[in-house]
Amino acid sequence: MNLEIILFIVLALVAVVSSVAMITRPHPVISAVFLILNFFALSGLYLLLNAQFIAVVQVIVYAGAIMVLFLFVLMLLNTNKEDNIFKQNKALKIFAIAIAVLIFAQVAFLIFFSSPSDALNSQVAESVQSGTIQQIGTKLYTDYILPFEAAGFLLLAATIGALVLSKKKFE
Amino acid sequence: MPQSNTEYLQILPFILMGSGIVISVIIEMFYKKSEPVLGWFSVLLFITVGFVSLASINDSAVLFNNMIEVGGKPAIFNFIFTFGAAVMILSSMNYISKYGIYFGEFFIIVQSSVLGMMIMAGAKDLFMIFMGLELMSICFYVLAGLNRKKIQANEASMKYFLLGAFATGFIVYGIALMYGSSGTTSLPYIFENFSSLISNVLFVTGLGLFLIGFSFKIAAFPFHMWVPDVYQGSATTITGLMSTGGKTAAFSVLIIMLSAVFANNAANTFEPYFAGISVLSMLFGSIVAIAQDNLKRMLAYSSIAHAGYMVIGLAAGNQDSVAGIIFYLAAYTFMNLGAFGVLSIIEGKDDTLLDINSYAGLNSKSPILAAFMALFMFALAGIPPMAGFFGKYYVFIAAIKSDLTWLAIIGVLSSVISVYFYLRVVVYMYFKESTVNFSIEKNNTGLLAVVISGILILVFGIIPDTLLNVIISVLNF
Amino acid sequence: MTSIPLEYYLILSAFMFSVGVTGVLIRRNAIVVFMCIELMLNSANLTLVAFSSFLGNPIGQVFVFFVMTVAAAEAAVGLAIIIAIFRNKLSVNIDEINIFKW
Repeated sequence: MNLEIILFIVLALVAVVSSVAMITRPHPVISAVFLILNFFALSGLYLLLNAQFIAVVQVIVYAGAIMVLFLFVLMLLNTNKEDNIFKQNKALKIFAIAIAVLIFAQVAFLIFFSSPSDALNSQVAESVQSGTIQQIGTKLYTDYILPFEAAGFLLLAATIGALVLSKKKFE
Repeated sequence: MPQSNTEYLQILPFILMGSGIVISVIIEMFYKKSEPVLGWFSVLLFITVGFVSLASINDSAVLFNNMIEVGGKPAIFNFIFTFGAAVMILSSMNYISKYGIYFGEFFIIVQSSVLGMMIMAGAKDLFMIFMGLELMSICFYVLAGLNRKKIQANEASMKYFLLGAFATGFIVYGIALMYGSSGTTSLPYIFENFSSLISNVLFVTGLGLFLIGFSFKIAAFPFHMWVPDVYQGSATTITGLMSTGGKTAAFSVLIIMLSAVFANNAANTFEPYFAGISVLSMLFGSIVAIAQDNLKRMLAYSSIAHAGYMVIGLAAGNQDSVAGIIFYLAAYTFMNLGAFGVLSIIEGKDDTLLDINSYAGLNSKSPILAAFMALFMFALAGIPPMAGFFGKYYVFIAAIKSDLTWLAIIGVLSSVISVYFYLRVVVYMYFKESTVNFSIEKNNTGLLAVVISGILILVFGIIPDTLLNVIISVLNF
Repeated sequence: MTSIPLEYYLILSAFMFSVGVTGVLIRRNAIVVFMCIELMLNSANLTLVAFSSFLGNPIGQVFVFFVMTVAAAEAAVGLAIIIAIFRNKLSVNIDEINIFKW
C-alpha cells in the first residue's frame, strides 16, 4: 500500500462521514461545519487528482467565502435546532431515503457496468499539465470567453438581485 | 476567441443586449426618477434586439469556437423572448407601481433574464446552456420575491429558489457524466459521435439526469409542484414572463439536446419518458384547473397542461413536431402574456380581484378588456381560427405521423376538458351579473400590451402555414 | 494513471450526490436544505475533476470553475431570499412557511 492509496482512503472516509453527519445533525451550525470539513476533504481529493488550481479555489472560494456567508446568515438568524428528523412525516422520509439509496445503487451499478476507465489512456504528465493555472486560464480566456462573459452578467444580476432583496427601501 | 472580426458583427444581438444592461445600470445610478426612462428604454432595447436577430434569420452561423449559434432557429426564439419581454414590460409599467415594486432594478433584472434565455436558445456547448440557464433562473428567483414586504412573494421566491437549485444539481451532475463519457462539452462533437455514445450507459444516464432537471424548468407533471404557488405568489406580469419566456427557453434547450436523436432518425430512446410525462401533465393540469377559482392559479395549472401538449412533440421527435413546438411556443407566449396582461389591469392594487367572481359582468364595465380576454381564452382553449388551435394541431399531426396516435387522442381529450374552464371565464364575463364592486383604473400601457398580443395572436392564426414554413426552412436537420 | 481507479472517485461522488438528495428531501430548515444542494453541486464537481484528470483535458476543471461562480451567485441570492422571509415570518422552517400548501 503506498501513500496515495492511504491518503485516498482517509480523505474519502472523511468526505463520506462528514456528508452523512451534515444531513443528520439537528443543529444547522454543526451541519455547516461538517459541510466545510467535507469541502476540505474534497480539496485533498482534487490534489490527488492533480487538479492543483481547483483544489486551492475550493478552499478559498467554497470553504472560505461561500460557507462563511452561510455561517454568517445562520448566526444572524439564530435558528433553533430541528427536532429529530424522523419525528414528522416518518413514512415519507423513510421513503425519501429509500429512493436515494436506490438512485445510488443504480448509479454505482452503471458506473461499474460501463467501466468508464477502459476508454481512457491518459498519462500522468498530461493529467498534471491539465490542472495547472496556465492551462485553465488559457482555456478560460480563449475557447471559453463567451461563457466567461455570461458569468460576468450572472454575477452582476445576482449582486443587483441580492441588494434589492435585502437593502432596498420600501415606502 | 473569435476566428475573425466579423464574428463580433454576427453576435450583435447579444452585444446589444449586454450593453443595454450596462447602460441601464448606469442610468439607474445617476438618474433620480429613472423608472419611466428605464421602462421605455427596455422596450426599445427589446424591440431592437428582436429585429436585429430576425434580420439574420437566413444566415445562420456558429461562432466563438462552437459556442453559440446565431440566425436560424435561435433567431426565431430570440424574437419570441424579446417581443414577449417587451409586451411584459409594457403591461408592467403601470402595474408594478401599484404592486409596490416600481424600481429601476426591476427592468435591469428582466433584461438580464432575457439575455440568459437568448444564450440558452443559441447554445452550442454545455457551458453556454448552463450559464444561460443560471442567468435566467437567478433573475427569476429575484423577480419572484421582489416585493419583500409581501409574504406570498417571499414564499414564492423561496420555493422557486430551492426547487430550481435542486434541479440545477441534477443538471450539473448530468453534464458531468456526459462530459466524462464523451470527453467534451461541445454539442456538435457530441452529435457527430452520437450513434456510438447512445450505447454508452453512462452517457444515457447523464442525458437522463439532464432531462429530469429540465423537466423541472418546463413544469411537466411529476416535477410541477412549485408551479401553482410560485405563479400565484409572484406579481402577475412577472408570472407572465416566467410562464412564457422561461418555458420557451427550457424547450429551446430540450430541442437542441434532442436534435441529434431526431436527426439520426434513431429509435427515440427517450420516447417512453416523454410520452409518460406528457400524458400525466396534460391530464393533471386540465383536471385540477377545473377546480380553481383564482384565475392566476387556474392559468398556472393550465400552463402545466400546455407543457404536456408541447412534450408530445418531443416524444414524436421528427422535424414537423419540432416546428410545431416552436409555433406553439410562439402562440402560447403571446396568448398567455395577453391573458396575464388583462389580469394585471383588473387586479390593480387588490389581489382579491383575481378571483373569477370579479370577472362577472366584465363586459358592461369594460367591453374592450372583456373582448380581448375572451380572445385569449378561446386561443388558449384551442378554438379553431385562433393561433392556439394551430399549435396543437401541428403537434398532434406530427405525433400521428410518428405512430403516436394514442398520445394525440389523449391530447385532444385533455383539450376538450380544458375548454370547460377557459369558457367558464367567458361565460362569467358575458352572461353573469356583476357581484363585486370595483372600478378598473386607467392603464394605457397595459392596454397597449394586451392589444399587441391580441393582434399577434390573430396574425398567427390567419397565416399559420406561412409561419410554419419559415420555421421548417430554418430547422437544419 | 494513478494507483486509484477512476471508478472509486465516481462511486464516492455518486454517494455524496445521493446524500445531498436525501438531505434536500428530509431536512426542514431552508438553510440546511440549501447546504445539501451545495453538497450535490460539489459531488458533481468531483465527478468533473475526476474525469478531467483521467482524460487529461482541462475542460472539466474549467466547468468546475463556472459551477463555483454559479454557486456563489446562488448563495448570494438564496441567502437574501431566506433573510427576506425570516424578516416577515421569524422562521426559516419550510414546514411552517405554509400560506400555500407545499
